[in-house]
Formats: sequence, C-alpha cells, structure tokens
Amino acid sequence: MFDEVSRNKRNSIFLILIFLVIISILGVILGAIWGSIYFGGILALIFAIIYSLIVFKSGDKMILSMSGAKEVKKSEYPHLFHTVEGLAIAAGIPTPKAYVIKDSALNAFATGKDPSNAAITVTTGLLEKLNRQELEGVIAHEMSHIKNYDIRFMMLTVVMVGVVLLLSDFILRSFWFGGGRRRDSGNSHLIILLIGLALAILAPIVVQLVRLSISRKREYMADASGAILTRYPEGLASALEKIKDDPDPLVDKANRATAHLFISSPFRKVKKSSLWSTHPPINDRIKKLRGM
Amino acid sequence: MVTTLLIVGIIVAVVVLYLIIIFNSLVRLRVKVKNAWAQIDVQLKRRYDLIPNLVDAVKGYMKHEKSVLTEITNARANLTKGPIEKRAEASNQITEALKSIFAVAENYPDLKASENFKMLQEELSGTENKISYSRQFYNDSVMRLNTKVQVFPTNIFAKMMGFTKEKFFKTENEAERKPVKVKF
Repeated sequence: MFDEVSRNKRNSIFLILIFLVIISILGVILGAIWGSIYFGGILALIFAIIYSLIVFKSGDKMILSMSGAKEVKKSEYPHLFHTVEGLAIAAGIPTPKAYVIKDSALNAFATGKDPSNAAITVTTGLLEKLNRQELEGVIAHEMSHIKNYDIRFMMLTVVMVGVVLLLSDFILRSFWFGGGRRRDSGNSHLIILLIGLALAILAPIVVQLVRLSISRKREYMADASGAILTRYPEGLASALEKIKDDPDPLVDKANRATAHLFISSPFRKVKKSSLWSTHPPINDRIKKLRGM
Repeated sequence: MVTTLLIVGIIVAVVVLYLIIIFNSLVRLRVKVKNAWAQIDVQLKRRYDLIPNLVDAVKGYMKHEKSVLTEITNARANLTKGPIEKRAEASNQITEALKSIFAVAENYPDLKASENFKMLQEELSGTENKISYSRQFYNDSVMRLNTKVQVFPTNIFAKMMGFTKEKFFKTENEAERKPVKVKF
C-alpha cells in the first residue's frame, strides 16, 4: 500500500515537468514570432494570472453550488458525520465539512485547496446502498484527495492547460494576421515558423492527454492512500463493485469541468481504458485494491 | 589565504544549515506524536462522558440485566483510579461491556426503537471507531518519527540532539490477540 503512494507522487512530478517544458517552448516560439512586441506577451501573462486566481478562489463554491450539494448537520446524518470525523482523525487533518446531494446515483467528491477548507460530498443514493465498510472506503478515498492536496494539484493543471491553449492560440493567430510584419526572410526562419505552427496545433492535444493521465494517476493514489487509512482495501473494492453496477451515473449534475472530482466518472459508459478518461477503468481499480 | 577561509566558511554554513533542517524536522515529528497521543485522550474522555447517559437510557428497560450495567459502571470508575495497567484493563473492560449491552439490547424491541438509544448507540459506536483511528494515527506518527531517528545519516545527530524512539501503542488485552471464535 505505501509503495503505490510514493510511486504516484514521483510520476506526478515528472508529468508536471513535461507541462513546464511545453509551456516554455511555446513561450519561446511566441517570442520568436513577435520579435520585439512585448506587451502582447505580458497581456497573455496577466490574463493567465487573473484566470488562475479566479479558479483558485471560487472554484470550490462554484462546484458545490453547480452540483446541488447542501451542507448538512450532524443531527441529520450522524453516521456520515462520525465516519468523516473518524477518518479525518486517522488522516491527521481537520474534519472536512459534509455535504449531501439528493440523488439516487452512487457518487461522491471532495473539494478544498487545503485540508483546512475542505468538504466531502456524497449522494443520498450512496448513503442508502453502501454498508459501513464500503462507505468508509469511499470517504477514505475522498479524504486522501484532500490530504494529498489533489484538488489544488488538479486546479494547477487546469490552469496550465489553459495557459498552453492560450499561447498556442496566440501563435496560430500571429500566423494568420501577422504575416507581413517580419522583415527578415530566409528558409531557416520559415522552417522554425513551420515547426512552431505544428507545435501550436499539437500542444493543446498533448497537454490534455497529460492532464488526463495525471488525473488517472491521482485516482489510483487516492485509492491506495484510502486503503492505508482504513487498513481494509476490500471496503472500497466492494463499494466500487456496487458503484460499477449503478445504472444512473449522475449526468445531469456534473459536466466536463467537474467530472474529474467524482469518485467514479459521471459519464461512465466507457468501460475500457481510454486516454481520454479522467478516471482509470473501475475493474482495474478493484483489481489493484484486492491485490494489496 | 582568503579563498581557503571562504571555502571553509561555506562548508561550515552548509553543515549548520543541514543540522538546522534535521533538527526542525525531528521537532515537528515529535510534536505530531505528542499531539496524536493527546487526541486519543480526547476520544477516551468522550466515551467516559457518554457512558452514564447510556446506563440511564437503558436501565429503565433492562431491569433484569443488572450485571451488565454494574460491570460497565465499575469499569468506568476504575478508569480514573490506580496504576496505568489497571486503567488500560478498565478501558478494555468497557469495550467488552459495551458489546454486551448492545447485544443484550437486541432482546428489548422497545429499547431498540427508542430514538435516544439509537442516538447513543451511534455515538458510542462512532466514538469507539475514533478511539481506534486516533490510536492508529498515533502509531503512524510514531512510525514516522522512529524511522527518521534511525535512518542514516540522521541517526548520528538525532541522539546528540536528544531525540529517541517513541513507543508504539500496543493492545495489552491478551484476549484481543487470540483469534475470535464466532458461535451462532
């Protein structure tokens, strides 16, 4: 159980480095095209910073209200509260707030850029259909996302993807509109421009794939960390079996932007492994848990 | 002459920085261990406070089950008296007595249906879990401290700085170690 966690941490750092390399290359290309036009680039940076601040500050509240989650009191759902409190003690973090979505679908998610401002949301369907150990497994998985700072991490990747998309867009537009601006000509310059063009088209695709790969690794890591918390991987494995067979995947309350936060993809028609999914295939997750 | 002095100065600065970093990380780990130990007491106190409520709720219904109730009241009294081993034993007795009470309560449908009893059952069950989790977290914290104190090269300095291994929380109850036989 402990090995899975350290392996995933290393992989995630590696993937972030890839991101930074791609952003730097695009920045260089943009600089080469624009020559001495600086403030376009500075404008892009300012936009990126404002965008990231917005995502960071109100991301949590937006997601909670978009999904119809309501904060609940201990008297309404005592068992849920006790489970969350107990696992927060095991994780050594402050107790997150508890939210409930009234829906028969089986799903859950965690929000919070750090453990002191965190919340765990579950559906009423989940509370009804899972037994104690299974519920503990799910909550432990969400608690691990909070403890491992996954939510902050994924927000960062979303921002980085946004910046890459922005830079690529600028490069492509510069080709369309800035054609006559360049004074120097020559074949070598043309080749660099063509390479730049190719990268600007490919970069958005590559970073999306990288982001989704990070998202899947983090899901595996949360499964492993959750198993460490409960010392009982079968709890979550059994819960995932029930979630797998759930016919109603909560499509109306989630969308592409929030999909990666849920314990199981709300668009769960894809059973096989796909580079485009935010979550690893459920059967693989169950197998890994049972192999611990 | 000046260059050698400069090099020596830099080496000394790096070593001092390293020692400060190790020291601080050891301090943080030890503080976490102490905090985790205190957290266990918080949960134990919660259980201590809940037991009289449970006894009150139950004794009206379970008039003929005096033995179970006296058992838990006595064990609770022993929690605050006597040496540590006796207290640990009392704590284990409480866990056993609670199991007995809830098992016996199965025979009293009126009691089982009472909202107050259900709430207490959930509270006590939650508290037992929290005691368990806080002990687990304490042991995890001790593991991190003990590992750091013993790995190379930190172990050389740890002793000099006054950091030693802490003890794990072990179950003293021999009965808990034996495999549990469930008879129906």
